[in-house]
Amino acid sequence: MSADGQPVLIEITGLTKRFGSFTAVDTVSFNVARGEVLGFLGPNGAGKSTTMRMLAGFMIPSAGTASICGHDVQRDGVAARRVLGFLPEGAPTYPEMTVTGFLTFCARVRGYIGKELTQRVEHAVDLTRLGGVLLQPVETLSKGFKRRVGLAQALLHDPPVLVLDEPTDGLDPNQKHEVRTLIAQMAPQKAIVISTHILEEVDAVCSRAIIIAAGRVVADATPAELQRRHPSGKLDDVFRQLTMEAA
Amino acid sequence: MRNVFIIARRELGGYFATPVASVFIVIFLVLQGALTFNLGGFFDRSQADLNPFFTFIPWVFLLLVPAITMRLWAEERRLGTIELLLTLPITQTQAVLGKFLAAWAFCAIALLLTFPFVITVNILGHPDNGVIASGYVGSLLVAGAFLSVGSALSALTKNQVIAFVLGVAVCFVFAVASYPVVTDFLSRNTPVLAEIARRIAVIDRFQDFTRGVVSLRDLIFFATFIGFWLYLNAVIVEQRKAD
Repeated sequence: MSADGQPVLIEITGLTKRFGSFTAVDTVSFNVARGEVLGFLGPNGAGKSTTMRMLAGFMIPSAGTASICGHDVQRDGVAARRVLGFLPEGAPTYPEMTVTGFLTFCARVRGYIGKELTQRVEHAVDLTRLGGVLLQPVETLSKGFKRRVGLAQALLHDPPVLVLDEPTDGLDPNQKHEVRTLIAQMAPQKAIVISTHILEEVDAVCSRAIIIAAGRVVADATPAELQRRHPSGKLDDVFRQLTMEAA
Repeated sequence: MRNVFIIARRELGGYFATPVASVFIVIFLVLQGALTFNLGGFFDRSQADLNPFFTFIPWVFLLLVPAITMRLWAEERRLGTIELLLTLPITQTQAVLGKFLAAWAFCAIALLLTFPFVITVNILGHPDNGVIASGYVGSLLVAGAFLSVGSALSALTKNQVIAFVLGVAVCFVFAVASYPVVTDFLSRNTPVLAEIARRIAVIDRFQDFTRGVVSLRDLIFFATFIGFWLYLNAVIVEQRKAD
């Protein structure tokens, strides 16, 4: 349980990833409860994607543990991934598949069949406004549409936990606004982690922000608290100050 | 098992959504036909069997099967879709099996399309169709063996060219392992290895099938061979998926 009585859905304890002598993620620990939207911030190469990959069970941690809804991502990986909606960095999708084909495949793997499968796909398509491009191969779509296909895939099974690696990257301002609205709508029922380096996004959708630099957590607070840490009151300045110190 | 089939179905669909399928099947049939009729002297022999056909098929597979497998994992890694695939609620073993089965089914389709050869010999004479059937079973097993090798090697790299060249090279080693040029050399230096080389030779095992002999020993050999390489495939994916 978190402070305000919501169940903790993501638990990360001492998560560490080393590549040879380089430590990409260094004993990162945090919890995310239902209703929270955690903004995961940091300069490029700070370890954001690596942390998210370990949380999604894609990378094996060198040390530490992560669990989703109580399922350890390493020991009980399939159960953990079942309750997780994950958008990998760059929103990879199979280029030769059509949007419908791709989402149907994901829905099948998630165990849906028949009418429910159709409904799930339709719902995800509605949420991400993909209606106009359903029969197009993904490779013919613009960057923004590709990102939304990735997002649709993550939302398909209405998971209690969402981990989105740069969900608004490559979108135009209108699409960014739509995605943020969507995240805000879903927020009360889910634990959401989004990584970004767009600081205005943190203000717009996040209830909490973690700044990571050189693999370490350097700040973990609400956006408002973070802003007070610099005389200018700007998130940009706080970000710069914290991440430059660590680097 | 359900997940294995879902993955296999997606993969197989992928072959036919791109020109991969048609190019592969056309080249396979043309190559196999040219070798059988010209080099194999299919008509000149005046014998109602498919021996010239089966003589060449392992060599055609040797060249073409790595062309199928080179993309299996290398492409997923290059596009980053491996991250999507392996964060779906499936196990890595299911992903490895699904991909392998799709590729194998694809080879089976290509092999089925050689049916005009069977019709031709049946019109021209009275072949032993049992021998032909066992030859086809053997061909499918050789394809499976080469596929398992190629699939495992494809997981080693992001580069499809490297995956292809490695695939051809390693399959070639298993193809010629029992040839005198290899075994003579080995028995002069290390007799133990010569014996091993003779036992792991894929083409030797295949020749039993073309003579109409389907032995349990050969079936176990192919099952073990494919199982070993698929296990290796899963280990390589586990180790290198995030590199």
